[in-house]
Amino acid sequence: MPSLTASANKAHAHGWTPDQPIISIRDVYKSFGKVEVLKGITLDVRKGEVVCIIGPSGSGKSTLLRCINALVPIDRGSIKVEGQEVNDPALDKLELRKKVGMVFQSYNLFPHKTALENIMMAPVLVLKRPKDEVEAQARRLLKKVRLEDKADAYPGELSGGQQQRVAIARSLAMNPDVMLFDEVTAALDPETVKEVLVTIRELAEEGMTCILVTHEMGFAREVGDHIYFTDRGVIVEHGPPATFFKEASDPRTREFLSQIL
Amino acid sequence: MLGAEGESGFTATAFNRRSLGFVLAAFALILAASEAVAQIRTTGGSEGIIEALIKWTPLLLLGPPGEFGGFVLNIAVSFLAMAIGTAAGLVLGLGQISLYAPVRKMSWAVTQFFRNSPWLVLLFFVMLLTPFHLRIGGVSIPLPDWLKATFGLSLPIMANMAEIVRGAVNSIPTSQWESAESLAFTRMQTLWRIILPQCVKRMIPPWMNWYAILTMATPLISIVGVNDAMTLTQDALAAEQKTELLMPMYGLLLVFFFIYCYPIARWTIYLERKYAVRI
Repeated sequence: MPSLTASANKAHAHGWTPDQPIISIRDVYKSFGKVEVLKGITLDVRKGEVVCIIGPSGSGKSTLLRCINALVPIDRGSIKVEGQEVNDPALDKLELRKKVGMVFQSYNLFPHKTALENIMMAPVLVLKRPKDEVEAQARRLLKKVRLEDKADAYPGELSGGQQQRVAIARSLAMNPDVMLFDEVTAALDPETVKEVLVTIRELAEEGMTCILVTHEMGFAREVGDHIYFTDRGVIVEHGPPATFFKEASDPRTREFLSQIL
Repeated sequence: MLGAEGESGFTATAFNRRSLGFVLAAFALILAASEAVAQIRTTGGSEGIIEALIKWTPLLLLGPPGEFGGFVLNIAVSFLAMAIGTAAGLVLGLGQISLYAPVRKMSWAVTQFFRNSPWLVLLFFVMLLTPFHLRIGGVSIPLPDWLKATFGLSLPIMANMAEIVRGAVNSIPTSQWESAESLAFTRMQTLWRIILPQCVKRMIPPWMNWYAILTMATPLISIVGVNDAMTLTQDALAAEQKTELLMPMYGLLLVFFFIYCYPIARWTIYLERKYAVRI
């Protein structure tokens, strides 16, 4: 089976080459009213890398993800996705979002459409791809997330874990270059967490570039190439999982890890 | 979704026989009481009244022969005013959630104005403002009074529909907008393909409610000289010149409207219950 996530021959404007970071975040600030959520975030993600962002609730992790696909505008700093500046007023948000897939904590499937329709909608309506080709891909994706028998089920008829896997397939159908996962297992019960994590692990193994905001430390350690720990809007510490989990030096990181692990 | 189960559920709840029987009994009582009053006043007896009611019923229902009028005109006006009001209300409601502040503010102002104006005053305004003929290019299209009255009644419907649309759109979780946006849908695509289809179910019960209210308000058009069931009832009473016919005739008119509107009300309640469970 050919890779479902390949983005062959995509033209890259902005002089970006695959050996540069696919996402480059520099000194990003964001406030909601008087609350400063991001206070100078800097991080790079390379192609094929799996980056996990961990940290206490309210530390700005989800906001950071939303800034990357321009759901939330940033106040200061720079975010570049494949060389394209996200903080550019002339940014073509739609072009950006075609490259960046996002999966949410609460799945957010469209409740009036079946699983198959949920997956097919964006490729057909946004990318204007032929319907039969999209349907074939959608069915392949459903098979990949082990839900081929649920093609005609409505989201209300699926369990949380099943809905989340459909949501992942829906994002993948756009053939994105990067996937953002925003606490995708936080709303699931422990048994169904696993089935979603299996899907994400497979994606990671296929070489999909992923940014995961997660509370699943074991999973982060296992699939992550790089772990970032955020607290109160700043990156406190980061490193590859082997060293990060063993040799975290900052007291805030150690305290957080001791509470979680 | 409207399988056999849904329909049997509808008959069970909406046409609860006991409640329907109760209301019909109440109407029979009103008619009997009005006839009793009439009998005391005259020596004519109830047969004269029933005959008179039967005699006038075709006129009240269908209007004078060869003319468009009577109760069917009330229904036609209610259909047309609802269609115009719904279409205009959708535009106005979406205008209220526009990203452009001037459009948003204008839509809000128009909505508030027509929502808070008496229907009868609006009706007079439209009757006086609109010409008898509409000139488009060289073609002159006559605007009959009933059509002008229909425009008049569609204005408050438009404003209330706008509120229903705005409320329904706002009731859809913002996470639906977010996930559509992250899939690179445009705002228009998100609105028409994802948000509004989810709104339809929520909008149907209040929409039907306004339809029933509108239908019951259609006798207002008799005041501006349209041959509706109300005007014809008054004409018939003028022709008969019998005071004992006043209550039975108006009672008959009430029954027409009740028979038409009551099932709509029950159906609305049924749909409200049905959709309330499925959130």
